Amino acid sequence: MIQFGSRLMIAALCAAALSSLAGAVEARIIHVYAGSRAQERLQTALIDAKPGDVVSLGVGRFELTDSLSLDQKRVTLKGAGRGLSVLSFDHQTAGADGLLITGDGAVISDLSVENAKANGLKAKGVDRITFRRVRVEWTAGPKETNGAYGVYPVSSSHVLIDHVLVRGASDAGIYVGQSSEIVIQNSEASYNVAGIEIENCYHADVHSNLSTHNAGGILVFDLPGLPQMGGHSVRVYDNTVVNNDTPNFAPKGNIVASVPTGTGVMVMANRDVHVFDNMIDGNGSAAVLLVAYLNAFKDPTYNPLPRDVAVHGNRIGHNGYDPKFDGGPILAKLLGGAIPPVMWDGVIRYKHLDGTASTDIVRLLVSDGPVVNLNLKDQGTPVTSANPSIATALGEGPLVEPAPVVLPAAMYEPPARKWSPKKHKAKA
Amino acid sequence: MIIWRRLVLAALAAGLLGAGPKGGVNQALLAADQPAPTLQAYGLFADAQGLQPSPGMTAYGLNTPLFTDYAVKRRYLYLPPGAHAAYRQVGVLDLPVGAVLVKTFSFPADLRLPGKDVRTVETRLLIHRRSGWAALTYLWNDKGTQAMLKRAGAETPVSFIDAQGARRDIAYAVPNVNQCKECHSVNAVLSPLGPKARNLNGDFAYESGREDQLAHLTRLGLLTGAPAPDKAPRTAVWNDPTEPLAARARAYLDVNCGHCHNRVGFASNSGLYLDMEESDPSAQGVGKRPVAAGRASGGLEFAIAPGAPDKSILVHRMASVEPGVMMPQLGRTLVHDEGLALVRAYIRQMKPAD
Repeated sequence: MIQFGSRLMIAALCAAALSSLAGAVEARIIHVYAGSRAQERLQTALIDAKPGDVVSLGVGRFELTDSLSLDQKRVTLKGAGRGLSVLSFDHQTAGADGLLITGDGAVISDLSVENAKANGLKAKGVDRITFRRVRVEWTAGPKETNGAYGVYPVSSSHVLIDHVLVRGASDAGIYVGQSSEIVIQNSEASYNVAGIEIENCYHADVHSNLSTHNAGGILVFDLPGLPQMGGHSVRVYDNTVVNNDTPNFAPKGNIVASVPTGTGVMVMANRDVHVFDNMIDGNGSAAVLLVAYLNAFKDPTYNPLPRDVAVHGNRIGHNGYDPKFDGGPILAKLLGGAIPPVMWDGVIRYKHLDGTASTDIVRLLVSDGPVVNLNLKDQGTPVTSANPSIATALGEGPLVEPAPVVLPAAMYEPPARKWSPKKHKAKA
Repeated sequence: MIIWRRLVLAALAAGLLGAGPKGGVNQALLAADQPAPTLQAYGLFADAQGLQPSPGMTAYGLNTPLFTDYAVKRRYLYLPPGAHAAYRQVGVLDLPVGAVLVKTFSFPADLRLPGKDVRTVETRLLIHRRSGWAALTYLWNDKGTQAMLKRAGAETPVSFIDAQGARRDIAYAVPNVNQCKECHSVNAVLSPLGPKARNLNGDFAYESGREDQLAHLTRLGLLTGAPAPDKAPRTAVWNDPTEPLAARARAYLDVNCGHCHNRVGFASNSGLYLDMEESDPSAQGVGKRPVAAGRASGGLEFAIAPGAPDKSILVHRMASVEPGVMMPQLGRTLVHDEGLALVRAYIRQMKPAD
């Protein structure tokens, strides 16, 4: 069995090597350097690129005046390094996004995007989209007038976000919406309203990230009235979600404006969400919030409840000491000075459009207690009507953890060649 | 075979020389994957200024057009000899391979004197090739004697006096080919937007006199399968006060927003659908909360707050010229005051939800 396995592995490695060689032969590198007329030169390169080509950016600031777009399939846009090639939208006079990607198989790597008017890097309807070693930042710090999302794949499939840094987004730093098969790893989101947000998505692994100094650290949301709904199968693990203390600066009306400043992890609606093995500390409102969608909705297929949610094995430090949600301070006082590590609104029912009550069973499994249950029961009941009770844990039965997300092998970078010091003998 | 190749070579040579072949439209050049460097090479117009359409070009208008910074637009449908379009009740007419949609954008020095001192700025082509539709933009020189291909887009200063007598100075934006597709996208495939039967179903001032466009095209054998105009759907004329307000506003939103904001368009993920075919009021924006609008929501809660235009995100974004806030994102740098007034009036007369 082992032998069979290793043979398979060798075969796979050979195939990978061959295909990467073939790719290397086909690929053309289009160099674009910073300087005058950057908009026209870079946009022309992105239009002229053929499948397999690499558009390679030189070192420096590319001063852009309009949104850039990439529509061709299998094109890589690669800078000289995250701090070295900067797409600057300081003087943007047209378009909304920094770079808009609509071509399947795009790879955006080793560059920075600064001060885009709307979103930094947006991908719409893309299959296989990779963001690697990129920084997206609004450089004046958290401001309501900053763009909404830093890295923003939407209606896409097979999404890889790796070693990305996003700062200053007035909505979510890293936001994946209405997509499926998503991996967000080794990334940092700070000084955004939401650090990382997964919304209306299927199959996402959010792991080994740092989310700090946002209003909310990591959000898993599902909203009504959208083409893709019923978000499910999300694993949030091995993340460091600490000191999310930037006052929520989202413009009113947006859903993240309702995220209390100082939230660690928040799950709203969705099913099969597992939050485990994270470090959650220094979040003033609560470490983990499990809540139903609060607003009225007219979508017959929408389920506003979080269900089949597991919270376990997290290292939960000092949280909930300064709750910023309605009724929070009173609740904290009632509970001995702080909100317990996990807060559940206790909503277990909602009304279907015909007025009948839902009958779905809400299963939660929380071992990182204590847990406060607000016992709101019915969807739409305001937090101020809470009838809180405390439990050390919630739920009994095992909830099956969603399977790991496996992206196409070609989306992962080949490992760097091992450097061996033995080959470099010091001269006598 | 050899003859065919010669024809193509000749066509290419003619194209490179920048002059259209005598005798009209250069179909081979239009069909070639490589776009011609000048508009003149295609021979779509008999004159260098692009004012006299070649044989095969039929001028048309739309009941309700897209707003593009008050540009005056001249539209033509080119059909190869013997070819015809087929009627479709919903969506654009079924146009054959070889068809070309030609749209020229120009600005009179004073909008109150539309025929005088007209500066032609841009001509856009949508060419139906075997491989699908292709979008090309040509920017005219200052003299208006030649238009050059601009694949990566361009910006050119334009000044004019508006209908109220005020001077307007704009940085007119020529879209790049990807931006063309952002709007002209149906399920991510490039498609024409304008010539829908319902938006063509109205009179046009032909040289032969006024006539309904569907009837005219049918009479000339350029359109098959169309019912009599009064049996076909019809888009309201947005600025004709004799038509019902809601019909005019829906027509305006359909044409100016609905190309992206529909279930298979570029903004499908927003859940806001402003095309004429949408029937769910919530999806049309009534009481709909923003999803990914970010700061562009302007702190407002609903796309359309019935009875309250000032509390409607739709109005807020139409009234903005700030990139990242303004809608549409492409195609305008000015607020369309008259269009905005129409949408405001439409929302104002809606009954507030209880």
